[in-house]
Amino acid sequence: MSDVNSSGFDTGVPNVTQTLDSSGPPTATQHERPDKSNGLEKTVVKSWKAPIGYLAFTIIALLLFVILGRDGTSTFTLSADNDLIQLPDITIAARLTGVIVTVLMALITVYAFLRVRADRHVPLWLSALLGVLFLVAFLTWVDAGASLPVQVPGLLVGTVSLSVPLIFGALGGVISERVGVVNVAIEGQLLGGAFVAAVVASITGQPLIGLAAAAIAGAAVSFVLAAFSIKYLVDQVIVGVVLNVLVIGLTNFLYSQVLSKNAELLNSPPRFDRINIPILSEIPIIGPTLFRQTIIVYLMYIAVAAVYFALFHTKWGLRVRAVGEHPQAADTVGINVNGTRFWNVLLAGAITGFGGAYFTLGSVGAFNREMTAGLGYIALAAVIFGQWDPIRATLAALLFGFASNLQNALGIIGSPVPSEFMLMLPYVLTIFAVAGLVGRSRGPAASGRPYIKS
Amino acid sequence: MSDTAVASPAASGASGSGNSDSGSAGSQAVPLAPKSNQVLRDIMGGSVVISILAVVLALVVGGVLIALTDENVQAASGYFFSRPGDTLTAIWTAVSGAYGALFQGAIYNFGGNTFVRQIKPITDTLNFATPLIVAGLGVGLAFRAGMFNIGGQGQMLIAAACSGWVAYSFPLPYGIHLIAAVLAGIVGGAVWGGIVGVLKARTGAHEVIVTIMLNYIAFYLISYLLRTPGALQAPGSSNPKSPGDLPSAIYPDLLGSDFNLHAGLLVSIAATVFVWWLLTRSSLGFKFRAVGVNPNAARVAGINVKRTYIYVMLLSGGLVGLAGVAQVLGTVTSGFSSGIDAGIGFDAITVALLGRSRPWGIFVAGILFGAFKAGGFAMQAGQGIPVDIVLVVQSLIVLFIAAPPLVRAIFRLPTPGVAKKPKQPAPPKAPRQTPSEAVAAK
Repeated sequence: MSDVNSSGFDTGVPNVTQTLDSSGPPTATQHERPDKSNGLEKTVVKSWKAPIGYLAFTIIALLLFVILGRDGTSTFTLSADNDLIQLPDITIAARLTGVIVTVLMALITVYAFLRVRADRHVPLWLSALLGVLFLVAFLTWVDAGASLPVQVPGLLVGTVSLSVPLIFGALGGVISERVGVVNVAIEGQLLGGAFVAAVVASITGQPLIGLAAAAIAGAAVSFVLAAFSIKYLVDQVIVGVVLNVLVIGLTNFLYSQVLSKNAELLNSPPRFDRINIPILSEIPIIGPTLFRQTIIVYLMYIAVAAVYFALFHTKWGLRVRAVGEHPQAADTVGINVNGTRFWNVLLAGAITGFGGAYFTLGSVGAFNREMTAGLGYIALAAVIFGQWDPIRATLAALLFGFASNLQNALGIIGSPVPSEFMLMLPYVLTIFAVAGLVGRSRGPAASGRPYIKS
Repeated sequence: MSDTAVASPAASGASGSGNSDSGSAGSQAVPLAPKSNQVLRDIMGGSVVISILAVVLALVVGGVLIALTDENVQAASGYFFSRPGDTLTAIWTAVSGAYGALFQGAIYNFGGNTFVRQIKPITDTLNFATPLIVAGLGVGLAFRAGMFNIGGQGQMLIAAACSGWVAYSFPLPYGIHLIAAVLAGIVGGAVWGGIVGVLKARTGAHEVIVTIMLNYIAFYLISYLLRTPGALQAPGSSNPKSPGDLPSAIYPDLLGSDFNLHAGLLVSIAATVFVWWLLTRSSLGFKFRAVGVNPNAARVAGINVKRTYIYVMLLSGGLVGLAGVAQVLGTVTSGFSSGIDAGIGFDAITVALLGRSRPWGIFVAGILFGAFKAGGFAMQAGQGIPVDIVLVVQSLIVLFIAAPPLVRAIFRLPTPGVAKKPKQPAPPKAPRQTPSEAVAAK
């Protein structure tokens, strides 16, 4: 899958003719080679954004970790007390780590410059590597001389926990936008799902029924989006924004007027239990992070894989992308454009609804006013950041989740920088990333445009 | 000039002005009734009526919600079949009480014992409308250039901080101080918005992501400055709050100290006129609109699209910044906290949508939403109905106005411009009958 995405300019947006030739990830790479053999490589636009972005990060690293470097040692705890396999704590010297990481980052930057000069793309994994290096150095820098160690398992578990609604929301956004309907209403779908899940699970006492109800609620919000944007041709962004306000208003109103007065009956949903996957959950670090979760999280893994596979390897996915890229062409070959859009927007809403259920059935345990707190917009950012690709969007959502969890973790350690700047960091990095590393984002061509059959 | 030459264009002009009158008008005696029907149909199906009906429809839905969740209605509906009148009375009491309170809180207070109290609600409405209008103008302007500015919160916060800082820390003469504070706010908002434009123009970064991220950055930046002594925090205080404005920098009251109404409203009106002029009379506004309609065509026509993005975000941020200024120099003059934006940045999106990104439309929409806000708080205080119902009604209004066909379908209104088709003899019937007749004949 990294092959598809590493092609840089085509990322996430394979054009229809190309995908109609043959399906699957090899297309993009096959597509590149004939280009070069035809002597068309001169048309490849050199993008210096990635190396320049790397350079910026390297300079920050140089300033922070070397020039403003802190002496002392940092400790990383890799295992929790109840783990079967206990890993020893790792203790490293902060300044030395900073210097090594900065040098490595400089090397990566130089490599990226050379690659671009040779008209080659900078692959995604290089950015990821740079990011991980930077983070390791940063955590070391923060923890230098602190009495408490960095709890790596806690950091990662918290990341997954905070990312779940974001990932579901991003998947819903990807499907919806791929089929040609901009989904700004992720926030509303999440909030609606959370509300209905809480109420239904409280009444029935069954979290699974609550989960199903959340999907229906998400689909219901989507239904309004689909009906207004497809049938009445209202601007999709407008409907999305207004739907968010509508759902916030509705849930707030019902919460104050009904739920808070009968909290016992209507707002005390049973929560899902954590299920430990027998062997996998004992793998150090990965096990507690990924395999000691509730059923919603396992559902999420399946959803990410399923959406990726279905979108790029099935007839359904081909149709969805065709409708989102070039509805006229899709119509010509006999695809019902508006029907496809309608049902897939509903599906997107249902998937996002699961994410909403996570708030009330997975993490918090009761509905609260505006408990999604703008996460739907962050999920939208993850969709765009992930270039309308389910895997990349998931990674972007994880990044946001990690970032918001980072300050929780650092708050415990006691960070040398004011907490507000820690909180700000993920958003600053995102802007850097969007401006520098990702480059010009190009969504599905027909996304946001209603299709009027002539 | 011969008479005929003058007459014929006049005649054609007259017939052209009639909406769907074809040229057949001329000298032939046309029955008047259909034409007046046509006019009536256009009015009934037109945007004004649709807007009014959309408001009515939204209020009806809101009323249903209020009635459904009202405890008295629920109690009375328990014995609906023995005494249905009780339920209806309870519904009437709940809904009329709510909307009555909304009206009295927003427009005119019948219960007030002095004239000031009676007309205070309408001034409250205008007061709430002041920041909504300017922020709505900012968002709407960006919409017109095809940019989606969700960054109202951040732009307002930065603007409020800049404006508030000038307002409390530099003792300047009356007049100059106010102007300096307002300008500082505009600049703050414009810079924060301009970052988005520059990033979009230079790197192609999607403005939705950047504005959302800048909201958070502004919030944490201002929070940090507000709790840091020597930055924006009031000296000698441990609260994350700034010092109060100096009196010379506060927007003067328009109607005396009995009312909250301040000169920010005049700024909002001026801003509306400015945006109207900009969009309809200036070449820059033309570029904005051209880029908004089709950036590729605009580029081909020689418009520098990237520069246009920067300009529109600067202006948009500046206008949204004026909303932050109105908050800090008009509404909350005793020092601001990081919640000074009061969600106006997001409300502004709805205002801009309801006003269809037209300056005067936004002006009216801002006043309407200001009325809902003022009335909503009165309703919550008087009737115990959560103010959130106002959000429901507002969003439904925008939804319904955006979809005229839906409203027409609900009220069974005719579609404007489409004259009722004369009844045609259904032609498909005949051939369809033939096979069965043929069978019958056999």
